[in-house]
Amino acid sequence: MRVRAAARVRALLATLLAGLAPTAASAGPPLIHAEPSLYRQVLVYGDSYTRCLCFTRECRIGRQSCIDLHRPDWLMFEYTQMMLGALLLNPDPHSILIIGLGGGTLPRTLAKLLPDADIDVVEIDPAVVRVAQEYFGYRPNEHQHVYEEDGRAYVRRMLRTDKRYALIMLDAYDHQYIPEHLLTQEFLIQVRSLLAPDGIVAANTFSSSRLYQNESVTYRAVFGQFYNLKSANRVILASNAPLPTVAQATRNAARFETAFTTLGFKPISILSLFSTGIDWDPNARVLTDQYSPANLLNSASR
Amino acid sequence: MYRACLYLIAGWSGFFVMGIELLAGRLLAPYFGSSIYVWGAVITVFMLALSLGYLAGGRASLRAPSLRRLAMILLAAAAAALPVLAFGDTLLDRLSAAMTDPRFGSLIAAGLLFFLPTFVSGMVSPYAVRLLVPDRTSAGHHAGKLYFVSTFGSAAGTILTSFYLVLYLEVNQIVLLMLAISLTIGVAALLVPGAEA
Repeated sequence: MRVRAAARVRALLATLLAGLAPTAASAGPPLIHAEPSLYRQVLVYGDSYTRCLCFTRECRIGRQSCIDLHRPDWLMFEYTQMMLGALLLNPDPHSILIIGLGGGTLPRTLAKLLPDADIDVVEIDPAVVRVAQEYFGYRPNEHQHVYEEDGRAYVRRMLRTDKRYALIMLDAYDHQYIPEHLLTQEFLIQVRSLLAPDGIVAANTFSSSRLYQNESVTYRAVFGQFYNLKSANRVILASNAPLPTVAQATRNAARFETAFTTLGFKPISILSLFSTGIDWDPNARVLTDQYSPANLLNSASR
Repeated sequence: MYRACLYLIAGWSGFFVMGIELLAGRLLAPYFGSSIYVWGAVITVFMLALSLGYLAGGRASLRAPSLRRLAMILLAAAAAALPVLAFGDTLLDRLSAAMTDPRFGSLIAAGLLFFLPTFVSGMVSPYAVRLLVPDRTSAGHHAGKLYFVSTFGSAAGTILTSFYLVLYLEVNQIVLLMLAISLTIGVAALLVPGAEA
């Protein structure tokens, strides 16, 4: 009896140790750089084919951004393609705000697609900005600015000026952590107010389980109907004007047929995801500055 | 009864301080964000207020200390937190418009809203030690028990607020709930036999 108990303990220990071992790191490309950061680990993994930015050593599931070194324009993540769905609703945004830089894929791609657009990026972590510039070819210039500050503080600051954006992209969430003050009704109202007429919001959200319900009703409360693009990720496309129809989006898609192909996908692949169906509980509680347990809801089971 | 009351006040006061500290970060986030500076400012203000509160509490215990006065300190700490509910949002809105630097803006905001309730809460522990200790030989023993209760209360306030309360209640409702508990404990302590000593 005692022998068997000991064996069980040993088996349990082995399982625990296996869990602690850096399996993801050893399975994927090696670590090539670790940037000191006040917020988290900012890690660059890579080999001669790809280079990825990660915020954890579990890089297989936590990749923030990746580039294919032989085809640097190629969009390796479907969510980035889905975010460009915003261009099917507004094909020519002159001014763009992106909250959350990551590896800089979105501003890099948008600058290529829309060379005349002014692109402002807000990133809270200076370490991410350094890594995006040194390892992922992000280059701020006269059309592209990066502001190192909290996204909410930036939005509030801009609301006191005349600055308005035709397109605002929210890309500050990941599977591990959602900045809760960037997912409340009050924040989304501020974002909507910062839009120019017929402006578009694109949000790359990481909601699963219970948070999906709360996030949906919160966007609905602020923007009314929105396009819900669901794949492995979820992207929300909303407008401060009546939502353009799928027919309009299809017409706009023609303009990007060639451009999107050079990025590695076809507009139709994201167009087919455009849905306005309600697949959430409309009675879920709206997230507000007073009630914003987004991370607790995201870890809770459905 | 008298001793239990001292421990209860110290433990609750620890809970109250950490509960409010966590909520302070949430209250500031819509205005100053949740960068490392904002949390740095909040923690600095709370630590500074507590440290000065310890000094003041120890000094206050020199003159005619009593459970009744300790209860009054607890009630005063609760009353000092009322401005958070009354005009917290207005103040934060004005301040964040006036001060765009996230470091000093949040430092001043946290100072104005949270220094006083935390300072008064800091007075509780040294004051309670004075009432607990019967003689010099057991002073360390009693102080140790009181630190245990107070810091354990802080741990409980931290985990309950961040893991559970925010999932069910609004921030202001949690503050209100904590003020109600302070009021209940404070008034109950005033009624304890021998509270005037």
